Amino acid sequence: MKIAIPVSGKNQDSAVAASFGRAAYFLIHDDATGLETILENAAMQSAGGAGIQAAQAIVDSGVQALITPQCGNNAAKVLIAAGIKLYKSQPDLSARGNIGAFRKKQLEELLDIHEGFHGR
Amino acid sequence: MKERTIAFLSGKGGTGKTFLTVNLASAAPSAIYIDCDVEEPNGHLFFRPMWQSSDKVCVPLPEMDSALCDGCRKCANFCAFNALAWANDHLLLFEELCHGCGGCLLVCPHGALRETRREIGEKKEGTSDGVRVLSGFLNPGEATGVPIIRALLTQPDAGRSVFIDCPPGSSCMVSESIRGADYCVLVAEPTRFGAHNLRMVHELLRLYKKPYGVVLNKCLPGEDPSADFCLAHGIPVLARISFDERLGLLNSNARIAAREDEGFREKFRALLLRIEKEACDAAVGHS
Repeated sequence: MKIAIPVSGKNQDSAVAASFGRAAYFLIHDDATGLETILENAAMQSAGGAGIQAAQAIVDSGVQALITPQCGNNAAKVLIAAGIKLYKSQPDLSARGNIGAFRKKQLEELLDIHEGFHGR
Repeated sequence: MKERTIAFLSGKGGTGKTFLTVNLASAAPSAIYIDCDVEEPNGHLFFRPMWQSSDKVCVPLPEMDSALCDGCRKCANFCAFNALAWANDHLLLFEELCHGCGGCLLVCPHGALRETRREIGEKKEGTSDGVRVLSGFLNPGEATGVPIIRALLTQPDAGRSVFIDCPPGSSCMVSESIRGADYCVLVAEPTRFGAHNLRMVHELLRLYKKPYGVVLNKCLPGEDPSADFCLAHGIPVLARISFDERLGLLNSNARIAAREDEGFREKFRALLLRIEKEACDAAVGHS
């Protein structure tokens, strides 16, 4: 299973990014192989619809679970349509810490999808 | 006097665009007032026109025929506004992000997208004491009012001078509003913030090579960074309107000063002549 998490830096010790669509990078962890890759988030520079563009990239990378502090409704629509499950990151843990917590089934599903920032 | 199209702009809201446009249109012998500030139209609050017509404004919206779609994603990749996504072999459309450009329909190699229409607002037309009033109303939450502005500005001018009340700022809605203008009037406040916003619109008009002048509004004695900016850049100052409590009171009660007071009417007529002259000189200089 592939797990994605928005991060502010290029390695697994990086902090989890504050939001999904405008995160600088995504850390993608492959449980089957243990491989970790960094995906640059092109949507960070997007004028609008960043959440959708970021979600499209996550869908295209074949991820099954996304760990994120929050997610807007447009991004969630794309992710959920692709069958990706959303989990709420723990604020005091790094990206690596959150992936560990996820594997121990310590993360809760993200249910409070916000309305999105939409230019705000 | 030739009928001209004059656009009134400012880099920020609240400088007096509507105040000036409404009063000048009222002082003109035969005018059309067009409110292109479709996000927050307020000219009609002054004119209180009898609306004679109201038309819905729609934009194209793609609709997918899944039998023809092979999932090539050219449409989603093309969309600059991320209004289309592809997940689980389905095209997802985010209507509120679609600008209605129709590009996705053009790039689809299989004709799998067809055009439907979606309403984004309306345009209303009426008259107020001899002034033809056109106003656009954009529905809340819509991405852009450009299609409404386009609909407003395709009206036949019927031999009248056209006064365009633009949206604030220097966005694409402003660009669309000034497209057909013969001359532009920038309204600025005599503050640093006012001068900063004046610069933004000044740069926009340079880009579009439009002739323009500035009206300084709500002027007080003392420093005036906007006037300094005009001087430094050789921009004609068409008028300085002093901060005037009576004018402010009339305006905040949505009264048209040029209609209520002969003195104000004369002042706006004089400004109108100055604008006409500048526009005329610019037209001659251009040809």
